[in-house]
Amino acid sequence: MPTLFNPPIASAFEPAIQIENLSVRYRVPMERIPSLKEYTIRRLKRNLAFQDFWALHEVTFQVAHGEFFGIIGPNGAGKSTLLKVIARVLHPTTGRVRVRGRVCPLLELGAGFDPELTGRENILLNGTILGFTRRDLESRQNRIIEFAGLRDFIDAPLRTYSSGMIARLGFAIVTDQNPDILIIDEILSVGDAEFQEKSTKRMSEFLNSGSTIILVSHRLEDIQRFCQRVIWLQRGRLEAEGDPDSVIQKYKDRVSGKHPS
Amino acid sequence: MGRVNYYDSAAVGTPMVSEMKEIFQYRDLLSLLIANSLKTRYKRSVLGVFWTLLNPILTMTVLSIAFSTLFRFAIKDYPIYLLTGLIFWNFFANATMGGMKSTIVGGGLVKRIYLPRSIFSMSAIGSELMNMALSLIPLTLLILVFGHPITPAVLFLPIAVLITCLFTLGISLLISTIGIFFNDWVHIYQVLVMAWFYLTPIFYPEEIIPPHLSYILHWNPLRYPLGLFRDPIFLGRVPNSETILISLVVALISFLVGWWLFARKAKEFAYLV
Repeated sequence: MPTLFNPPIASAFEPAIQIENLSVRYRVPMERIPSLKEYTIRRLKRNLAFQDFWALHEVTFQVAHGEFFGIIGPNGAGKSTLLKVIARVLHPTTGRVRVRGRVCPLLELGAGFDPELTGRENILLNGTILGFTRRDLESRQNRIIEFAGLRDFIDAPLRTYSSGMIARLGFAIVTDQNPDILIIDEILSVGDAEFQEKSTKRMSEFLNSGSTIILVSHRLEDIQRFCQRVIWLQRGRLEAEGDPDSVIQKYKDRVSGKHPS
Repeated sequence: MGRVNYYDSAAVGTPMVSEMKEIFQYRDLLSLLIANSLKTRYKRSVLGVFWTLLNPILTMTVLSIAFSTLFRFAIKDYPIYLLTGLIFWNFFANATMGGMKSTIVGGGLVKRIYLPRSIFSMSAIGSELMNMALSLIPLTLLILVFGHPITPAVLFLPIAVLITCLFTLGISLLISTIGIFFNDWVHIYQVLVMAWFYLTPIFYPEEIIPPHLSYILHWNPLRYPLGLFRDPIFLGRVPNSETILISLVVALISFLVGWWLFARKAKEFAYLV
């Protein structure tokens, strides 16, 4: 397995992702307080009731550069919240997160796509939302269109596209450049068989060129097949960490009730 | 290169400064958002951009007829006085309201992917600025029709607009922050903005405010940038230094307070919207 043959950035000896004592709290008001007036009245009466929900609780781990890293756990364990924190969407309530490298979030394909604009215009829109510059995108747009296989449709408005075409375009934009860190929520099944093959090939190219990959999946066989290291999240806490075989075994034992929690 | 290459959630530094740096990084998205909002606004109407030119003229005509017959303001070239006021007001009201609404709507996006959140307020300012530039065309026509003198003082306008933008951005960020936290704020602001319109000398001369109520005028922060914008066009002179100074101070306070509050609260947005 190629790990550090091609360090993507100079500080390759520091972990790509460093998470220390990370906690994330969602504040759910006991009753909905939708209005400013209500809020003011309750605030004055000191009558603001919240129910705190800790989606993540004191989670600490690291991911090395070039590592294929897996996250498993049941629904509601905090996996998606964790990915959102790494992708900067959510700010940690407490604890610290450090990410070294350009993050490519394969969580939301085609964020900000506008159905009224053409495919070409949407490449610019989605690309700049991802933080690329216009010049950079214009120089790469032919490659993106080619990969998405949309050359004949690219100047038609997006609303005329099928959902598969839209997903292909989104995937092509976000993966066009080698990311330092790739975040995947479930292995994507985008497009037809041919496109799936293309996208799987692209992902393994990323890994070969030294990208760090984080994969969240319920399909344990995928995790076992690809990942070098795995963590198991359970109700927002880190339950186990280590090589895929042992962590998955522990997880399966718990699920089948051998060691009830 | 794409997004920032090192992210530290505990980075020490002022949120105000980092938010500004990121806006610069995402400047291409900003100009794209502005272009798209202009495009969608005019694509559907038959007369296209022509509407923007026509709209202020029509509004001005209606109000002119209504007010000059009703109140008989003793203002020479009243339509020009009114139109400059309306152009100024439309910029302010639409930019703040539009900025707040798109911050709230854009919240859906902010929940999915990282973006500097102030980009929505900024793009509203940008697209209203374009509209303001367009509405200077009918204003020029009107000035020509009335034979109103134009003096070199109009060269001061860019500075006036810049100060107005600063003030408007501050208010926009301030009300957007409140709007994110409370659903009913949009409706409250709608009413406030209407009251603000009547309290500002847009369609009436300052002189009609009776002396015992003059504090309304003095404490209205909008009055100063309005003077900055109107004096060079209507009176043909650079505003007096007192107006310039107060405008600048008011704009800076608005900008700093709005930006500071917004940047401090921005990281909570993804939890709320």
